Amino acid sequence: MMTNHGNRLTQGQFSFLPDLSDAQITTQIRYALRHGWAVNVEYTDDPHPRNTYWEMFGMPMFDLKDPAGILLEINNCRKTFPNHYIRVTAFDSTRGWESPRMSFLVNRPAREPGFGVTRHEGPGRTIQYTVHSYATDRGEGERYTG
Amino acid sequence: MSTPPPEETGDLQVALDDSSVQEVLDKLDEELVGLRPVKTRIREVAALLLVDRLRRRFALASGTPTLHMSFTGNPGTGKTTVALRMAEILHRLGYVREGHLVSVTRDDLVGQYIGHTAPKTREVIKKAMGGVLFIDEAYYLYKPENERDYGQESIEILLQVMENNRDDLVVILAGYQGHMNLFFGSNPGMRSRIAHHIDFPDYEPAELLQIARLMLASQNYRFSAEAERAFEEYVAARRKLAHFANARSVRNALDRARLRQANRLFARRGSPLTRADLMTIEAEDILASRVFDEARQAGAAPGSARD
Repeated sequence: MMTNHGNRLTQGQFSFLPDLSDAQITTQIRYALRHGWAVNVEYTDDPHPRNTYWEMFGMPMFDLKDPAGILLEINNCRKTFPNHYIRVTAFDSTRGWESPRMSFLVNRPAREPGFGVTRHEGPGRTIQYTVHSYATDRGEGERYTG
Repeated sequence: MSTPPPEETGDLQVALDDSSVQEVLDKLDEELVGLRPVKTRIREVAALLLVDRLRRRFALASGTPTLHMSFTGNPGTGKTTVALRMAEILHRLGYVREGHLVSVTRDDLVGQYIGHTAPKTREVIKKAMGGVLFIDEAYYLYKPENERDYGQESIEILLQVMENNRDDLVVILAGYQGHMNLFFGSNPGMRSRIAHHIDFPDYEPAELLQIARLMLASQNYRFSAEAERAFEEYVAARRKLAHFANARSVRNALDRARLRQANRLFARRGSPLTRADLMTIEAEDILASRVFDEARQAGAAPGSARD
């Protein structure tokens, strides 16, 4: 039984929807900028759910007024890492929040092999589960290359 | 694309009212003295954008017009002030999305080491997107005496963005006439990408006097009748001396006149002062300026003079 139809990574906002178009991404970023959140572009080829810290692409972008600059960076990142996961996060620095308020994928590899579950039987028949990304069997940078 | 029926007409007056750009143009006329060629060009640009907008309603496609500009003129002729207004006008006309002005100089664009310039320039460009990037003293970007100067790298990135991201930002370069001519002469790519070269003329004495009046009024001061005559003489004398910076010189002169006024009022402390006393600048506040002496000396032997 396939539990994840199409084998698509579902992390962050909108991940059950079809991929966002550039116009839709722009609208989302405009929303973030209007709230004064700092928008970043991040990428990784290790999309394990517990891997929260992805690599930041380029410099942090503060004080931007218009989404065009961020879309420019997204497209640069897509050009550099066409077969990586790329996400856009919006960080809210307001006291009390101080955490990302938005996070959504803007690029995914052509083929996503997904994750496997390994069951490890421990003492007293307890079971420990390990989630393992098939792609990470290969070295960094070589994953998702085909 | 659906074409409206041929009998439909567009009204430019309606489009003008919608954009509320007339308000900005009126404000420009009111607050900026003189600068006729500049105002004419701004009107032309506004008209083009309005017509363009109407054309789009009739599905008459045409490319986005290039609106990169260069402002040349002597010091104190209002280049920065006009750039600020320009951002607002372009925003009202819907040409730029946010309408903010990012004002930078060479320091903000050019880095100190190899590989430092490109990210720095790009960061500034990203901040300016959706608005206007105003590069003051733009000729500093190009330093011909040092062939390894990083300014060239910055110019190349700017050129690329000016061409590819025309929808996203408007670049305005400003600087003194002679320097800018040299700059454009050695960067023909820059010259050809700028559609509007606007030259800011020097102010006439009458205009400078009007500027002085506006400046004083905004700070709740006024000239007495004699002071106004004295200031006329002052302007005439100051214009002949070196380092005359148009409106900026006027502002400096007024600041010093305020200083002398305060001094004069302080000297007669003990006697009551009226509201009018506190507001009025008298002829003696202006006639005490060194400029009159220096002008007299310069009449005999031309030498250097300071404000």
